[in-house]
Amino acid sequence: MEIVLVGLNHRTAPVEVRERVSFTAEQTQRATEELRARGILEETLVLSTCNRSEVYGVPPESSHGCAPGLSSFLSEFHAVKLDVLNGSLYHHYDRDAVEHLFRVSAGLDSMVLGEAEILGQVREAYRFAHEHGATGPVLNRMFQGALEVGKRVRTETELGARPMSVASAGVKLAERIFGKLTAHRALVLGAGTISEQVVSQLRDKGIAHLTVMNRSRERAEGLAQSYGGQVVGWGAWDEALRTPDVVVSSVSSDEPVLLRGMIEKAMAARGNRALFLMDLGMPRNIEEAVGDLYNVYLYNMDNLSDIVNQNRAARENEIPRAEAIVNEHVGKFLSWQASVELVGVVEALRSRMRDERAAFIRTRVESISHLTEADRLRVESLMDEMLEKLLLEPAQRLRSEKELRRKIHNVEALRDMFLRHEEKP
Amino acid sequence: MNHTYLISTLVAYVLSFVLYVLSLKTGKVLAGRLGTLLLGIGLVTHYFALLERSRGLHTVPYHDLYGSMSLFGWLLAVTYLSLELYHQQRSVGAFVLPFILVFFLAAHLAPPDRMPPPTAHGVVFALHVTLSILAYAAFALSFVLSLIFLGEQRLLRSHNLGNVVWRLPPLELLEQMSRSGVLVGLISIAVGTALGFAAFDQAGEHNSLFDPKYIITLVVLALYVIYFRLAKTAAWRGARASKLCIFNFVVVVLSFTVVNLYLSHSHRYF
Repeated sequence: MEIVLVGLNHRTAPVEVRERVSFTAEQTQRATEELRARGILEETLVLSTCNRSEVYGVPPESSHGCAPGLSSFLSEFHAVKLDVLNGSLYHHYDRDAVEHLFRVSAGLDSMVLGEAEILGQVREAYRFAHEHGATGPVLNRMFQGALEVGKRVRTETELGARPMSVASAGVKLAERIFGKLTAHRALVLGAGTISEQVVSQLRDKGIAHLTVMNRSRERAEGLAQSYGGQVVGWGAWDEALRTPDVVVSSVSSDEPVLLRGMIEKAMAARGNRALFLMDLGMPRNIEEAVGDLYNVYLYNMDNLSDIVNQNRAARENEIPRAEAIVNEHVGKFLSWQASVELVGVVEALRSRMRDERAAFIRTRVESISHLTEADRLRVESLMDEMLEKLLLEPAQRLRSEKELRRKIHNVEALRDMFLRHEEKP
Repeated sequence: MNHTYLISTLVAYVLSFVLYVLSLKTGKVLAGRLGTLLLGIGLVTHYFALLERSRGLHTVPYHDLYGSMSLFGWLLAVTYLSLELYHQQRSVGAFVLPFILVFFLAAHLAPPDRMPPPTAHGVVFALHVTLSILAYAAFALSFVLSLIFLGEQRLLRSHNLGNVVWRLPPLELLEQMSRSGVLVGLISIAVGTALGFAAFDQAGEHNSLFDPKYIITLVVLALYVIYFRLAKTAAWRGARASKLCIFNFVVVVLSFTVVNLYLSHSHRYF
């Protein structure tokens, strides 16, 4: 029962290679079917995200070391020369493959350490493969374990707890002030990429109302339309600043666009309710003195970058705890794998011993002429009893004792010692 | 007297505190849940400790300084646990438990009571005392929440977040929780005070209306009504309201200690 993994990710391949080897849903299905139809893999699962493309599988018993074949398949499937892929692809077998998957699921192998999306992507890839009948007992167990690892790492450690981008840090800070944003309003100044990132985060958090203000009304309308917001004309400050609890500014301007006087006036109009200002402009869009106003929280790009750096360090401190969970589950999986394989070996051994007994009786016992039929049956029964006794206890111990399974590292050696090649399970 | 309940309570509260701190420091959800569980266990054993003591002395828990302080600690724990379960916020536990522990321990360290027992008795009197202590406990909780608010706000405004700010409740929630505590306190003290007058009336006693305790209770009532009104206004919402809440509690402590012990003719520990 070999497990194989062939893939590439953001560490091993540049984006130009990654994008050529990524799988669409349709390609995933086709690759899965072809891999099984060609007899390269018996169980197959394709995990394809923007940062990685990986094929997990269990090859048929007769085909050990199938990674090169898988590499060729990937090259052929995506019409990318093998030479291009060879420097980028990694091959992992058995324990290494399991550990790799569990680390991926935990977010330890992600570009942004501990990012949350990967767990959903692993879950989706598993669901897809399972629904298409591409997984079997090994990959089922392995991916269920991976999902459990991902869940545990996210609940028991803080690997993914803190924001790692300026946009998400800003939105998380707003939550520190207001709690859930579902009853709050936001105003976004500017309609560029950074604004869009923040708007996306705010929408994910269920912001109740979104207003976009931009010098180019057309771009403001584009952003507002994409995220279900409203547009207010550039310069209508009294109207725009009266209601929002969160103001995000990312405007290209040499001078601050929000001055202390404007915010003072707005605070008076809004009954001094707390106001969170995120200044993502460079040069800054909001006058520094605004931060001194009562109930106003002002964060600029540097403040948010500092928080992101602190959070990165905090996440890195969580790596040992996450790795301990990964190792625990790798151990569990290997123990399960060993038990399945060992029970198979014991069953094969029992079957072989029965055959040996039948042959022995045929050649030796039946030639003893003075034995009656009853005696012969009695001898057969005694031999059966002895064989069962010899094999039953080890089989039971293998099922119940994890430690014993852990000690038997090489099932292959046991097979080779007791079974002929054609009898191997 | 059997000290099993006292020791169990102390152990439960200390462990609960340790777990709440661990939860706040590391973000471990399980530690927080266990902290809540142990606080619940502490509450039950604390209740039995109070009951056992009452039975042993053939009197009510608030008969002396020990009893009233212990009851205060118990009601503070009840109020906090109710608020925690209602708002699903465990991070405040690490700040409230020390107060509960201090009152529980101080109750044991209190000097022996040599003062005569209170003259009033009966259900109305018991409700008067219990509601008054509940009010003080609720005000104490609002005081702690206001302190947390000021600390968290300071960190947020100075952009110096550290590890803890991410685990504390949002500022708006802290304000809301603080107001909830004050509301519970206001209702309790208003009803408790009215019942107090009724109890003394029933007992046929005529105390001076100028007893310092009456005056300070009315001051406390007025201060918290003012807080409750101001906390949502433009000029006061946020840090100013929290500072007012802290000031109000200083007056409560004054009422609970100096006035009760040294100035009042008709009140001693509550």
